[in-house]
Amino acid sequence: MIDLVEQYWQQYLWGTAGHPTGLVITLWLTIASLALGFSLALPLAVLRVSKTWWLSVPVRVYTYVLRGTPLYVQLLLVYTGIYSLDAVRATPVLNAFFRDAMNCTILAFMLNTAAYTTEIFAGAIKATTFGEIEAGRACGMSNYTLYRRIILPSALRRALPAYSNEVILMLHATTLAATATVPDILKVARSASSDYYLPFVAYGIASVLYLGISFTLIWLFRRAEDKWLGYLRPVAAK
Amino acid sequence: MSTRDGTLVVENLHKRYGKNEVLRGVSLRAKAGSVISIIGSSGSGKSTFLRCINFLERPNAGRIFLNGEEIRMVPDKNGNLKVADSGQLRRMRVKLAMVFQHFNLWLHLTALENVIEAPIHVLGLPRIDAIERARENLAKVGLSRSVETMYPAHLSGGQQQRVAIARALTMEPEVMLFDEPTSALDPELVGEVLRVMQRLASEGRTMIVVTHEMSFARNASNHVIFLDNGIVEEEGAPDQIFQAPRSERLKRFLAALIK
Repeated sequence: MIDLVEQYWQQYLWGTAGHPTGLVITLWLTIASLALGFSLALPLAVLRVSKTWWLSVPVRVYTYVLRGTPLYVQLLLVYTGIYSLDAVRATPVLNAFFRDAMNCTILAFMLNTAAYTTEIFAGAIKATTFGEIEAGRACGMSNYTLYRRIILPSALRRALPAYSNEVILMLHATTLAATATVPDILKVARSASSDYYLPFVAYGIASVLYLGISFTLIWLFRRAEDKWLGYLRPVAAK
Repeated sequence: MSTRDGTLVVENLHKRYGKNEVLRGVSLRAKAGSVISIIGSSGSGKSTFLRCINFLERPNAGRIFLNGEEIRMVPDKNGNLKVADSGQLRRMRVKLAMVFQHFNLWLHLTALENVIEAPIHVLGLPRIDAIERARENLAKVGLSRSVETMYPAHLSGGQQQRVAIARALTMEPEVMLFDEPTSALDPELVGEVLRVMQRLASEGRTMIVVTHEMSFARNASNHVIFLDNGIVEEEGAPDQIFQAPRSERLKRFLAALIK
């Protein structure tokens, strides 16, 4: 057991400068997919609640398809499926992009989390009380100002608890990256396990690392809720 | 120098929901500085009329002039009127501040943030100036500095409505529209809001007030409109309306209030 830890601790955490592995990769996957997914979800959620059907229906189809198929299948489609297309391999830019496992993984994760996040945000936008929107209109706000200053800030605050859930689920979903040869925590744990025949220790270490990240994320979200959801708290709890 | 701005003219406003005709040709003339109360039983169309003035509801027919400038409207495909130029509507709305029955404060913003929001992001005022204006108006409606950092959910109804009035005032509007501003308040909180409104009325602001508070209509306004079933059944000076009503409907309405 000591041997396993001695040989693998660095790979579990960060690997080497030229070849990062483990915790660093898991964090990178989580943060990159969530950041990209969030930036995609915000405009999609606005389109999703639009009264113009040709703006809302395509978004609905997108979230329906992405939430209706397993992430693992989506990852395989992006990683092996797209690269098997002749048209992709014949185009240098696409060829270079889809040959890289990391690119494919982040793309698949981003599209997936964006679908769930879009629904979370769209629900929060729809829950905006109509009076607050009318008040904005009545003092001369344009639709753009209304969204930027009133609707989105209050919707994102209300979406915080549901979104924190999505973030934790995304962290756990990054373990699928190992199947696409991306060297995240799980991939290192697998190597360690098969090297030493100590699966309990190898996966136990991985679990502790995931727990650590989860707790940090939960703590961050709790602080964010304290800061931004104070207006919903009853007075007595102040 | 021309006369002070703040004249509002509404001509022959019609509004229907499906077959239900809520407004059947209502007109109103407010000279600068006049305070007009609109009274009537519920369902008479008085709130709808007020909401049509700043286009929170779209009228089916009629004309609206603010300071002599007409809000340009064109018919849409459903036969309703829509605003021809949304930029013009926004400019008009800036001059027509509204106070709502349910306050409609922005819940995620503190009292002060509620008041400075539109001055900064609609009028383009620097933040420092907006805060200075906001504090003057919060003081004017009788709120102490300690209220500034509180969220609407932590304020009483009367305080919330006074924040909403300060929010409207800070836009420095030419006409203020009040949509039953005391109807959602507990009886003991009505007085504090009415006092603020009476004070504003005495300052010579143009105010259009839809209200159930007959004491306000009688004492603070200089013109009263009795709306019944979508038409102006009777209008005139408060003394005439309350002491010498002519129409049968108004007599019955006033009699029912006394009971």
